[in-house]
Amino acid sequence: MIRETDPSTTRRRFLAVAGGLALAPILVPSARATPATMAAAIREVVGEAEVREGKVTLELPPLVENGNAVPMTVAVESPMTAAEHVKRIHVFNEKNPQPYIATFHLGPRAGKAKISTRVRLADSQTVVAIAELSDGSFWSASADMIVTLAACIEETP
Amino acid sequence: MTQALVNVPAKAKRGEVIEIKTLISHPMETGYRHDTNGAPIPRDIIHTFVARYNGEEVFRADLHPAIAANPFITFFTVAAESGVIELAWTPDHGDTVTQKANITVE
Repeated sequence: MIRETDPSTTRRRFLAVAGGLALAPILVPSARATPATMAAAIREVVGEAEVREGKVTLELPPLVENGNAVPMTVAVESPMTAAEHVKRIHVFNEKNPQPYIATFHLGPRAGKAKISTRVRLADSQTVVAIAELSDGSFWSASADMIVTLAACIEETP
Repeated sequence: MTQALVNVPAKAKRGEVIEIKTLISHPMETGYRHDTNGAPIPRDIIHTFVARYNGEEVFRADLHPAIAANPFITFFTVAAESGVIELAWTPDHGDTVTQKANITVE
């Protein structure tokens, strides 16, 4: 009886160890941006100022089939007058090689703080947009998405 | 070689907020890819896009490799007076590409 159970436990143990080894490369830190590097990049832009949620709308599809070209629209609620307007909109990501996506510079001549473009997303992640208003306040919005085909993985030019 | 497409309304009412759509053909090479021999492909992206309305800057975008190939950007501006809207894309390598559009404001 004992002899019969012994090989099976070693087999189980072997599988557990093998499984652990197979998972090991995933645990090695990668060269990608992380939520921490995104937070650092945001800190560099806003400084010590408080970033409040609101005023900003960030539209990205929740399910992305192709991360190479993802439509993105960012808009900020603002009268866009000389006294009260959006100065800049910064867009950041968590998991691309770099935390930056773009910075848009606007002014009262924009009339409307709304910009559309197409971005690359290397993985399922959160994108954050931060608006800098003329009164010095910062407002943010974020969007989460699942990316099925990631950008930056294809190797042939 | 590099082709740019812009869509600016030809006519607008004074003070109207108009949408400007732009598209330029450019690979936006990230600098993170390798060719078939394993050699890294150097970064070549359009890093700056500027829109000027009769010479005055009305919109600017600082772009990073996370912008998709063939950058497509739309934005808004106030139709202040008749004149020229000039759009300029500056790449890492090569000359700035400019495109002009006329607008009549009534």
